[in-house]
Amino acid sequence: MVLALLKYGLSRRYPVREEIPRTPDLKNHYDVVIIGGGGHGVSLAYHLATKHGITNIAILEKGYLGGGNTARNTTVIRSNYITSQSIKFYAASMRLYESLANELDYNLMYSRRGQLTLSHSDGVSRALRLRADSGTFLGERNEILDRQQIKELVPSLNLDIEGRPILKGLWHPDAATARHDAVAWGYAIRACDRGVELHQKTQVTGLTVDRNKVTEVQTNRGNVSAGAVVQCVAGHSSVVAAMAGLRLPIRSFPLQAMVTHPVKPFLNPMVSSTALHCYISQSARGELVIGGGSDPYELYNTRSTLDMKESLAASALEMFPFIGDLKILRQWAGITDMTPDYSPVMGRSPLDNYWLDAGWGTWGFKSTPASGFYLAQAMAEDRVPEMIQPFRLDRFDTFDLVNEMGATAASH
Amino acid sequence: MTQITRTGALIDSTKPITFFFEGKRYSGVQGDTIASALAANGQWVLSRSFKYHRPRGVLTMAGQDANTLVQIGNEVSVFADRHPISEGLEIKAQNVNGSLEKDRDFFMNRMGRFMPVGFYYRTFYKPKGIWEKIWEPLIRAKAGLGTLDINAPEDGYHDKAYGWYDVVVVGAGPSGLAAALEAAKLGGSVLLVDENPQLGGAATYARGMNLQDLIDHVEAMENIETWTDAVCNGWFADNWLAVIQGNRLHKIRARQLVLATGLIEQPAQFRNNDLPGIMQGSAAQRLIKSYGVTPGQTAVVLAGNDDAYGVALDLVDAGVSVTVCELRKEAEGPLRAQVQTVGLTIHDGCCIYEALPGPGHKHVRGVSIAELDDAGAATGKQRMLPCDLVCMSVGYTPTYQLAVQAGGKVGYDDKTAMFSITGHNADVGLAGSMDGRYALERCVAHGTAMGARAAARLSEADAPEAPDKCATSPNYPWPIFPHPKGKDFVDFDEDLQIKDIKNAVAEGYRELELVKRFSTVGMGPSQGRHAALPTARLVAKHSDRTVAEVGVTTARPPFTTEKIATLAGRKFTPMRRTPMHSRHESAGAEWLLAGNWQRPAYYGRGNAKKTIALEVSNARTNVGMIDVSTLGGLDVRGPDAAEFLNRMYTFAYAKLPIGKTRYLLMTNEAGTVIDDGVACRIAEDYFYITATTTGVDNIYRNMLWWNAQWRLDVDIANVTAAYAGVNLAGPNARTVLNKLTDDIATGAEDFPYLAYREGHVAGIPARAFRVGFIGELGYEIHVPARYGGALWDAIAEAGAEFGIRPFGLEAQRVMRLEKGHVIVGQDTDGMTTPEELDMIWAVANKKPFFVGKRSLELRNKTLRDRKLVGFSLDEMPTAGLEESNLVIKNGEIAGFVTSICQSPSVGKVIGLAYAARSDSETGAKITLRASDGSLHQATVCSPHFYDPDNKRQEM
Repeated sequence: MVLALLKYGLSRRYPVREEIPRTPDLKNHYDVVIIGGGGHGVSLAYHLATKHGITNIAILEKGYLGGGNTARNTTVIRSNYITSQSIKFYAASMRLYESLANELDYNLMYSRRGQLTLSHSDGVSRALRLRADSGTFLGERNEILDRQQIKELVPSLNLDIEGRPILKGLWHPDAATARHDAVAWGYAIRACDRGVELHQKTQVTGLTVDRNKVTEVQTNRGNVSAGAVVQCVAGHSSVVAAMAGLRLPIRSFPLQAMVTHPVKPFLNPMVSSTALHCYISQSARGELVIGGGSDPYELYNTRSTLDMKESLAASALEMFPFIGDLKILRQWAGITDMTPDYSPVMGRSPLDNYWLDAGWGTWGFKSTPASGFYLAQAMAEDRVPEMIQPFRLDRFDTFDLVNEMGATAASH
Repeated sequence: MTQITRTGALIDSTKPITFFFEGKRYSGVQGDTIASALAANGQWVLSRSFKYHRPRGVLTMAGQDANTLVQIGNEVSVFADRHPISEGLEIKAQNVNGSLEKDRDFFMNRMGRFMPVGFYYRTFYKPKGIWEKIWEPLIRAKAGLGTLDINAPEDGYHDKAYGWYDVVVVGAGPSGLAAALEAAKLGGSVLLVDENPQLGGAATYARGMNLQDLIDHVEAMENIETWTDAVCNGWFADNWLAVIQGNRLHKIRARQLVLATGLIEQPAQFRNNDLPGIMQGSAAQRLIKSYGVTPGQTAVVLAGNDDAYGVALDLVDAGVSVTVCELRKEAEGPLRAQVQTVGLTIHDGCCIYEALPGPGHKHVRGVSIAELDDAGAATGKQRMLPCDLVCMSVGYTPTYQLAVQAGGKVGYDDKTAMFSITGHNADVGLAGSMDGRYALERCVAHGTAMGARAAARLSEADAPEAPDKCATSPNYPWPIFPHPKGKDFVDFDEDLQIKDIKNAVAEGYRELELVKRFSTVGMGPSQGRHAALPTARLVAKHSDRTVAEVGVTTARPPFTTEKIATLAGRKFTPMRRTPMHSRHESAGAEWLLAGNWQRPAYYGRGNAKKTIALEVSNARTNVGMIDVSTLGGLDVRGPDAAEFLNRMYTFAYAKLPIGKTRYLLMTNEAGTVIDDGVACRIAEDYFYITATTTGVDNIYRNMLWWNAQWRLDVDIANVTAAYAGVNLAGPNARTVLNKLTDDIATGAEDFPYLAYREGHVAGIPARAFRVGFIGELGYEIHVPARYGGALWDAIAEAGAEFGIRPFGLEAQRVMRLEKGHVIVGQDTDGMTTPEELDMIWAVANKKPFFVGKRSLELRNKTLRDRKLVGFSLDEMPTAGLEESNLVIKNGEIAGFVTSICQSPSVGKVIGLAYAARSDSETGAKITLRASDGSLHQATVCSPHFYDPDNKRQEM
């Protein structure tokens, strides 16, 4: 293990190789074109290449690898959802995450910190109980904690928030965090090892549809044709789908977060409060990462706002009154694609060779391994596996929804 | 070593101050920063670096770099070169293992070669599991800089203020002063903010700049406010500015903004460029002129521009012996000419190749300079110069952060080797040196022009011509001199060296954002202020692109650090109390939170279960009263009022007679139940309707939203807070009410179930209607809020002879459950349809439209396999069953318990639960799963557990 470091230290030539290849020239045709080089896009490419032997793939990324929501999320991995369908899917994703560093030979710094979701009212306590019971029934570890247990778990937390005393907590010990960039890089490196082409700074500008098929993908670097095309463009799902003439039941809202100066670790679990619309974790660097609910209006712009920062600061200070003199270092925003039932859209589109990976809302990061795994299986076998059938697009025609409203608010 | 009397613009040597650093006592003077006072005492080491724990000291004297971060009390990462000293102040070093002087982690300095950029991605994870078990805890313990005391009390007063100005100018240097003055001359209100303690910007320390005239003019203008020690920390949409001064956050709207934020001086890259005693030229000038501190005895000035010679002359004036190491082969300039006159040694065409550390790396003791070849690289022709001070004057970046937040893009001009900014918001102007005007006169002229431009934009006049950018800049294009042994730092915060950037690119992380994320360059406390320029240059070189193509990473707010307490301000937790709050309090209420409302859960401090049971039985057998003021109330009036309700709610209201009430059930567009209440028809065109306590604000907003499209002739008013309400219920309710009213006939026929009446109760004008939520004879009495207390008292007094007693929310929940009345939000979830609740009776399908109708028609075709059912058990299992426990069928989740209680009136455990449709018939058995996993059988029954024929509520 540490031998690896000795190797680096003692070798004269470093680095050994260019592990993320330079963007090659576009070919005329690929078996699969993946629109979007974020976590989901590269995970899909990796799984197509390694599990199904499909390697003639181009990933088209308008900016840089993993530069969209992969780079902007607050890296929570968990399975404490409401519905059986979601719990099973996100649990599968957690299992993949747990061994991912060794699978990819790239340290993602997967860290099981546990997540504590706080309730300040009877209604939320009931909702947390439902999540706890459903998860436990399906084999996931969840527990409802009382005030005393919360105090022991997070001694730094203020239980007696004025007007909003903490009543209960949902403790999800297997919830984890990982280095978000590394997830995208690790998948991309191993996909490229198998021959997948990553095209950075390559923006899709249009899709040609003929006889219910996407026949051509237009980009700022030329046009390509593909056997199958799939969009993995969280934050702009509706925009890209519209190029294919599709209308998705998605509304897009900015979601903001911020970090503080690094301090020595005092907070191990990730703590989120539903009433205060605020969640806090301490990163591997020692920074407090503070996030909240989505902005109240739709926007395709990753600007920051002052009022969101003020309200997040006020909430964070309620939970941890001793951080008043701690300083904010940076704030930023991502864009969340929200569906009516808060669950994603994954699988077939109405077009014959066009696939969807969209509508992830605030849950894209935690689903990165599983979305790639199951969507790759669906595309390779041309049969949607049972695990992701509940997330099909046409569920909105029949109201066969996977309702996760209430599993979010402030617990991404 | 205490220096003799110091003279500096910011200090008063007659006022000594004693303070403590690392437990040792020091003395400084009024006006000193921590760093200046320590420097005056010969203490140059302020911190240890993040990764290698190398000693670090003053770099900028401008509060901009991580080298000076110290801890004061529970405030971590304080800029020692900005924070003032005060009597008795205790300051600690951060991130040291042991002490600042002897840091046990300094051995990391030798480990650098084993920790190449991004090394942690390559190691620590084999065999599987070892990362979480061994490595992560070890590495995590090393994270962070300062240490927080989790028991420290919250202290200090922080608040917010708002301001509106025609023109805000950020930066009170030459161009900012000129811009403010010109904008003010043309009329309008002007705010000039500067983060420093005095006006003047670079003129307060740079050689040969005097702005006193300009400052006097600005201060004489009545329509200019000047704020010093005030930092504009963020630009947000529409010129919404965050300006922090002390503990106050000013939120300011500027019609026009002029950014005159100047330049940030940049270090050069050579081996050991981080040693204490090596600083920016401007830092030395600030120490000398602002604080009267002589920064050394023997100095080497690394020159890449003419400003360096100003530094050299200032050092000479302060008694320092100076040698100049000039990067350029043929430099010239007015200040250089003066230096030549003074007779200082100048080594032209030379770089500093390496700085030599004194004992323990605590100070520089000399430099090795090397002649440069034609390509600008160091040659083997080297010589050693002993010194205890190195001043770097090799170039700058514009202070572009606010401009970038305002939409600006950072480009790079290869000719001037300087960043440039374009494309920022049109209501933002850039003035002076940050926009390529470096010479003082041109800087002032540009400020004047930009001030005039701001004024012109306010009046839609034509903006004046602005002076051109300077053809040359003070930037030396390549002050980067890699050393085979490294420690040539690009990013001091993160301990990143030239090879780290180079290697990140070589490994394929070629895009600048990837370099940043892979190496963490620019992610530390100074957010890349001193790393962005060398990083862009290095990435460009090693990826065969131009610096302009590489660019810089996005600068996000805040500009500099800001405290969480400042952002939070005075914290307001919204709380709502009913007019009867004090009555509940004196009756010993236990409180529950419902939305923002405080509501009594039950009264009295005794055993909760017994108390609730008592409250229930008193209401059931006698008479009780509950405060329902929190219930939402909406007045809907206008010719289209009935039509409006018909569209908003599922039931039909067109034919509801005046003086009658009808149940309200609301679904959203998906057909999901989202609220309920009661509609009272006061007149043909006037309804008074109720909504749930927590739902009303959303319902009201929804109504306005819908009617913005429908444009029905109706007026909707949220009158929740205008009314207080009491529900008087129980067999004796009529008798009590009778005592209190003269003009409302209370007889069963005069005022039947579901009727609505107006009149007076206890002399108070009242709206009264008969409802049956808890299943007893009941009156809901609503009066203007200010009479709420009086109504409560009057009812309590009138009911005293019958033993009336108030009941809380808990008793109400029990009684409504005994009646099988659902609570929207508790017995419904995000998917519940009226059909699942057996409430088809409340859906008027014949109406052409109501919100959710189309969806319900679709959903009724493929019903979900669940229904809300009543169930009972003879007794509570010892494992305990509670709300949200699962209903299990064939090993799968079939539903969950929404309500459950031990019913005092029925004598059983009763509840409501979602179960499979096949189990919804009376007598079916369902399996409930307690939270401990144990399974329990319950029997499905009608949810109307108590008085199923409604005889009691209709009497």
